[in-house]
Amino acid sequence: MGCLPMYNFKEFVGREDRLAGGHRMCAGCGGTIAVRNVLKAIKPDDKAVIGNATGCLEVSSFMYPYTAYKDSYIHNAFENAGATLSGVEGAYNVLKRKGKLNDTFKFITFGGDGGTYDIGFQSLSGSMERGHDMVYVCYDNGAYMNTGIQRSSATPMFADTTTTPVGSVSSGKPQYRKDLAAIIAEHKVPYVAQTTFVQNFRDLHIKSEKAIYTKGASFLNIMAPCPRGWRYNTWDIMEICKLAVETRYWPLFEVIDGVWILNYEPKKYVPIEEWLSKQGRFKHMFKPENEWMIEAFQKEVDRRWDELTKRCDRVAGA
Amino acid sequence: MARKDRLSGNEAVAEALRQINPDVMAAFPITPSTEIPQYFSKLVANGQVDSEFIPVESEHSAMSAVIGSQSAGARSVTATSSAGLALMWEELYLAASNRLPCVLTLVNRALSGPININCDHSDSMGARDAGWIQIYAENNQEVYDNLVMAYRIGEHKDVMLPVMICQDGFITSHAVENIELLEDKKVKDFVGEYEPENYLLNPECSMAVGPYSVSNYYFEAKRAQAEALKNAKQVTLDVAKEFAQISGREYGLFEEYKMDDAELAVVIIGSAAGTTKDAVDELRAQGKKVGLIKIRLFRPFPASEIAEALKGVKAVALMDRTESYNDNCGPIGAEVTTALYRAKSDCLSVNYVYGLGGRDVRVKDMIGIFNELEKIAESGEVTDPYRYMGVRE
Repeated sequence: MGCLPMYNFKEFVGREDRLAGGHRMCAGCGGTIAVRNVLKAIKPDDKAVIGNATGCLEVSSFMYPYTAYKDSYIHNAFENAGATLSGVEGAYNVLKRKGKLNDTFKFITFGGDGGTYDIGFQSLSGSMERGHDMVYVCYDNGAYMNTGIQRSSATPMFADTTTTPVGSVSSGKPQYRKDLAAIIAEHKVPYVAQTTFVQNFRDLHIKSEKAIYTKGASFLNIMAPCPRGWRYNTWDIMEICKLAVETRYWPLFEVIDGVWILNYEPKKYVPIEEWLSKQGRFKHMFKPENEWMIEAFQKEVDRRWDELTKRCDRVAGA
Repeated sequence: MARKDRLSGNEAVAEALRQINPDVMAAFPITPSTEIPQYFSKLVANGQVDSEFIPVESEHSAMSAVIGSQSAGARSVTATSSAGLALMWEELYLAASNRLPCVLTLVNRALSGPININCDHSDSMGARDAGWIQIYAENNQEVYDNLVMAYRIGEHKDVMLPVMICQDGFITSHAVENIELLEDKKVKDFVGEYEPENYLLNPECSMAVGPYSVSNYYFEAKRAQAEALKNAKQVTLDVAKEFAQISGREYGLFEEYKMDDAELAVVIIGSAAGTTKDAVDELRAQGKKVGLIKIRLFRPFPASEIAEALKGVKAVALMDRTESYNDNCGPIGAEVTTALYRAKSDCLSVNYVYGLGGRDVRVKDMIGIFNELEKIAESGEVTDPYRYMGVRE
């Protein structure tokens, strides 16, 4: 990664917030935690243009006439955050070339899983493949939360959502989730990472800095729990993130120039029930007759963990 | 010295773009506008422009990237046709409502289905209420001239709106015509540097684009946008006047051809105006008082000016190269009829749908239209006000 400065937690969190308080996101929203911490990774002297797909974050953080962003910010539409930032980065290149701009700008765009895994997938893929010097950050809360908790391709299997409701003949979402970080890694971009809020944010902070200061296209997939959609007590968010990693549901990994690195290996096997049981969206799985659902979920978690560990060249912290 | 050359409509666009040297082009190929990004890529590859070419993966992304680059402070352009414009639909509205003076060079082609690659105006006419300025060309010279004028109109501080420069697919885009080109320096000086007041990459002051706007603000934003579009009419005339000084070619909101004493008239857009001029000449030689109005600026619509130009006309044919599927009228039919009604005109109007999917428009077809107008003027009645020309029934 070249000349990244040594990570210092105190210095990092002591930086000025680039996302102001007073926005309208829910108390305990994982999306906001993701945005605030990613933006801290921009060097204090650097400028940035922040992009945003339509979603909770956009409608709550830039409601006319108030913006929560210190930096320049652009929301265009739902499905085109990747393409929109491609244009901004293109403008930067040409204005620099023409000598009209001397300052350093970084380009970071945020999308929920709806805007990233689904409707904005093509635009994301295009922007990654073209290699714009930008970071696409997905704050993945595993459903279309802005429109009221509909399933997405990031929703875990069996989750109770408003378009995969649990019913007398329905067990919740019938499909497993799409592995987007791996798909973007297959675009062979220089930096892809998956993270969430663990280790006192160290993993997220370091990955954000690497993503922002890697030349070329980078992708960060951040599991960002949604208290409304997942139905948990807001104060449980850190516990839920920790369990997602310990149960191996949400592995921490990064792919640097094609080299896969597993960033954390749980010391012991923690069954998936530990994570599922904290969330109301999986409540039905704990009925005695639905034990098969937990077994199926566990089997898929194990299969994906094996697949990932085989793929990883080494185990090392970010 | 101005240069005389032989260029297709698409080549004329590329030549104007070379001279304008925009900062960013984002585009995705679609027939019959594909050549435009191809020619432009070559200009970039050979260092003939300083521009950034973004080869996006769809037209939706093309317009999205243009919105990004224009917001960031870069003069931006895209090119498309037909389904490409349809895929941009959502973004067309955003470019206009964000008040971004980018340019789209449209090569008009029929919308599917059935799929068809030839000319009609269903693409741009469908986008007529998206908030863009729309300027149409009859021939390659006009395509070139309109594009040279485009940024001056859109970027004017009283306007700040995107501009769509339209030409007819294949008929002008691929047909080679004699054309007079301006010197590079003249175009450069005429277009000028792009100096936006606010932009994302302004190091002195950050900017936020694309807010969520509640009912308390939305309506005022749309009203301001409507006022800006209204202002574009005078700005188009002012820019044309300045353009005449460097080119010797004069443009208005529309062209009046032999309208002075005309009793029968056709109102039309695009290349079929040239065909109609031949019909007018032929009938004039027979002593018939016929004329033509060719609309250049369709958005904003020069309603009162057209009503004024039709004063003294007994019957007019309003020619739409698109079907509106309302069993009432096409876009030109609606606009001109409204203008006539408001002007308390007693001119009789009949609306024709013609030339869909590249159906040929011949001089004799247009003579047929004038013959029909003669019957209408004589009888004083329009029995069937929404008609078709040149279709097998």
